[in-house]
Amino acid sequence: MNKEKNEAGVNHSRRNALKIIASTTIAVPVLGCAEGGRAPVAKGRVQNPAAATDTRSLTDPDLLNPNIHWNFVLSTEELLLLNVLANIIIPRDTVSPSAGDLNAQNYINEWVSAPYDNNRSDLIMVRGGLVWIRRESLKRYNRNFVDLSGAQAHRICDDIRWLEVAKPEFQAAARFFAKVRDLCATAFYTTEEGMADIGYVGNKPSATFDGPPLQVLRRLGLEKYA
Amino acid sequence: MPSNSSKSHPKQYDALIVGSGAGGGMTAFILATAGLKVLMLEAGRNYDPVSETPMFNLPKDAPLRGGRTPDKPFGFYDATVDGGWEVPGEPYTQASTEPGQQWDWWRARMLGGRTNHWGRISLRMGEYDFKPYSRDGLGFDWPIEYKDLEPYYDKTEMLVGIYGSNEGLENTPNSSPGVLLPPPKPRAYELMIKKACEPLGIPVIPSHLAILSERLDHKNIPQKLFPENTLAQSVTKSSMQSRAACFFATDCRRGCSIKANFQSTTVLIPPALATGNLDIITDAMVREVTVGADGKADGVIYIDKSRRQEEKVRARVVIVAASAAETSRIFLNSKSALHPDGISNSSGLVGKYLMDTVGAGISAQIPALESLPEHNEDGADAMHMYMPWWLYQEQLAGELNFARGYHIEIGGGKRMPRAGVFSGMETTTKGAYGQSFKDAARRYYGSYVSFAGRGEMIPNEDSYCEIDQDVVDQWGIPVLKFHWKWSDHELNQAVHMQKTFAEIAERMGAKEISTVHTDGAKAIQNGGAIIHEVGTAQMGANPKKSVLNEYCQSWDVPNLFVTDGAPFVSNADKNPTLTILALAWRTSDYIIEQLKQRNL
Repeated sequence: MNKEKNEAGVNHSRRNALKIIASTTIAVPVLGCAEGGRAPVAKGRVQNPAAATDTRSLTDPDLLNPNIHWNFVLSTEELLLLNVLANIIIPRDTVSPSAGDLNAQNYINEWVSAPYDNNRSDLIMVRGGLVWIRRESLKRYNRNFVDLSGAQAHRICDDIRWLEVAKPEFQAAARFFAKVRDLCATAFYTTEEGMADIGYVGNKPSATFDGPPLQVLRRLGLEKYA
Repeated sequence: MPSNSSKSHPKQYDALIVGSGAGGGMTAFILATAGLKVLMLEAGRNYDPVSETPMFNLPKDAPLRGGRTPDKPFGFYDATVDGGWEVPGEPYTQASTEPGQQWDWWRARMLGGRTNHWGRISLRMGEYDFKPYSRDGLGFDWPIEYKDLEPYYDKTEMLVGIYGSNEGLENTPNSSPGVLLPPPKPRAYELMIKKACEPLGIPVIPSHLAILSERLDHKNIPQKLFPENTLAQSVTKSSMQSRAACFFATDCRRGCSIKANFQSTTVLIPPALATGNLDIITDAMVREVTVGADGKADGVIYIDKSRRQEEKVRARVVIVAASAAETSRIFLNSKSALHPDGISNSSGLVGKYLMDTVGAGISAQIPALESLPEHNEDGADAMHMYMPWWLYQEQLAGELNFARGYHIEIGGGKRMPRAGVFSGMETTTKGAYGQSFKDAARRYYGSYVSFAGRGEMIPNEDSYCEIDQDVVDQWGIPVLKFHWKWSDHELNQAVHMQKTFAEIAERMGAKEISTVHTDGAKAIQNGGAIIHEVGTAQMGANPKKSVLNEYCQSWDVPNLFVTDGAPFVSNADKNPTLTILALAWRTSDYIIEQLKQRNL
C-alpha cells in the first residue's frame, strides 16, 4: 500500500484542508445555493437566482449550459474527512494528482445531495460511514482520522477495503468504503487528469479511423485479422 | 420552421402525419417532395440537433458527471427530451405486478422522437423474417415478402447513409452494389472476438450503422433516388451537402451536430421543410382521429400543450406514426358511432401482439487486453463489427429449444471514462485502494468487453396494450395499460445467449465473467427495455385477422395509414428502424399513387 509515500499526503493539518475546501471551484454552476449556504463549497460558484426561474424542466435541461438544481448538504467536517479519504484511495503519484487534489469530496457531496432515491440512500451510507471512521480513529488512536499518520489510516482502511473479507463488525464500514471508492473513481477518472492517467486519447475529431496500431495487433496475434 | 403557435390551422392539407420520428419523418419527406401539402404534428417540443447537441462536452461538466438519473435515464447528455421510462404527466399502467410481466415504455417528447438518440444499427430483415409462420409454424407471415421491400431498403440506405458490407450470409441480405458506405476498421477487441469466434463457427462481420463513414455522393444519389422529381432531387442534394462525414469522436446517442449519423431531425425533416410543402406543429398531443359522415378519417384532435386546449386539424389522408403503442392508443381512443371500439379496430386486434426484442448480455474481463499501448478506440462510437444469427439450419432441424435467432452486439475498448467508471473493479482487485488502485485502473482500463444478444420475440396473446379506463394523463387522454409475458422461446433464447457469450469470452481467455444464468427469467431483460416497440396494429392479408393491409392502410378506413413500427407482424432480431423507414417509404409511394388515382 505504499505507506511511506502516503504518510505526508494523509497528514493534512486542518488549516491546510480548509484551504483546499475553500479554494474549490467546479465547472458546473449551482443554482439555489443562496439559501442553503451551509456547504462551504458553494463559494466561488455561479449563483444565479434569475437563471433559476429560467431553468428548463429537469427532463429537458440545457445540455450546453448545465446547472445543478439541488443544494449540497455535507458539512465542512464531512468534506474534510472525505478529502483525506479521497487522497488515501487515489493518492498523488508521479503520473497524476490525487482524487483529493481534484476535489473528489465535492463530487461526493454533489452525489449524496442529489434528490433521487439512490443518492438519498447513499447519503445515509456515506454519513454513517464518516461517523464510524471518526469514532474508529478515536477508539484506536485517540486522534481524529484527519490527523492520523498514513500507517494508522491505512490500518483502518485495510479492515474495510473489501466486503468479502471484512470481519462481521466491519461489514457496514466496508460497504461505505466501497461506495466512497466508486465515487472517488468517477470523480477522478472523468477529469482530464484522470483520463490522461489511464491513457484515454479520444474525443478528438479525425478525418480517418485507422484501427489499432501494428504493435497492438502483434501483441494480440491479430495481424491476419486486421 | 416548426411552429407551436396556437393559432388554428384552417388550411386543408393533403396529408396529416402524427409523429416525427423514423416513420413520420420518412413519410413527411416522401409526401412533401412529391408535392403534397403536409401537416406534421409532434407531441414534444421543437428540437435542433445542430445547435443543441453537446458534442465534445466532458462528463465533468455535467451534473453527476453525466450519469443516469430518473430525469435523464440514459445520462445527462443523452439526446432524449422530456422522456425516458417515464414522461412527466403522462403515466401508463401495468396489468400485472408479477416479475417479468411488465412493459417498460421508453418515449421521447421531441421533434424527431427516438431517432435522436437511437443506436443507429440498421439491419435488413431477410427472406425468412417476412415468412416466419411458413418456416416454423409460429406467429404470423407478413403480407409482403423480402422482394417487396428490397428496393426500398436500397433507397433508404442510399438516402440515410449506412456503413456495412455484403457478406452473402443466410437470411442476412446483401445491399445492391454501391449502396453501402465502407465500414470503419475493426478495433482490437473486435478482432479478438472475431478470432475467438472462428472455432465456434460464429461469423463476425462489419456491422451496419446509419453513420456516414464517408460523405454521401450528393451528385449522383438524388438523381438515382428520384429520377423524375427535380424538387426531390434538389432538396435531397442540399441536405446531403449539409452532412459531414463522421469524424470518429463523440457519442452518437447525444445526437450529431455535423449530421454524420441519421436523425429524422437532420436527414428527413430539413429537406421536407425545404420543399415548402410541410408545416409542423410541435407540442401538439394527438388524442384521436376523427371521422366524417362518410366513415373516412377527416383529421385529428390534438391538445395544444401550451394552452391546454383542444384543436382540430383536417386532411384528406391521415397517417399515424406516433410509435407503435402510442399509435394504438390513439386508435383505441378514437371512438365514434361508426367505430365504437376505436378506429380501424373491427378486427379487435388494435393493441394486440405487442413485441420487443429479447435482450440478454454479459461482460467479461480479458487479461490479454490489459495494459495495451495507448491508442484511440472511439471510432464511429458504436460497434464496427457484430455477429448475425448463424444457427438457422440447426434451429430448423429442431436442435435448439427456441425457434428464432438473435444477433450479437459487442462493446469494449478504451472509451471515454464516464460516471461509474471502474466501479466494478472491486472484485478484480480484491478491494484495492491507494497506489495499487491507481495501478489497477491503468492496467484494467480497456480490458472489459461486453456482449449483448438481440433476439426475435414471437408475438403472443399475452403481450398487448389496451386503454386503462381508470387513468387519464395530464392532457385528459386515457392512458395505456400493458400486459406482458415472455414465452419459453424467448426465455430459452436468453439462456442460450449468455451461455454462448461466456464461451466466446472463455476463448478470449476471460478471467472474470459476469453472472451467466441458466434461468431464462433471470437472464432476460424486461419487455420494452430494448426499445424495439413494434406490433399492435398488424398488417396482413385478411381484414378479419389484421388491422392494416399490405400497404399499411387501414382495412376499415381507407384514408388512414400507419408508418411506424405498429404494422410489424413479427419482430426479427434485426433492429426495426431501417425496416420502419423502408416500409414508410413504400407506404408513402402508395399514398401518392392512390391520391393520383383519386382513390382516397
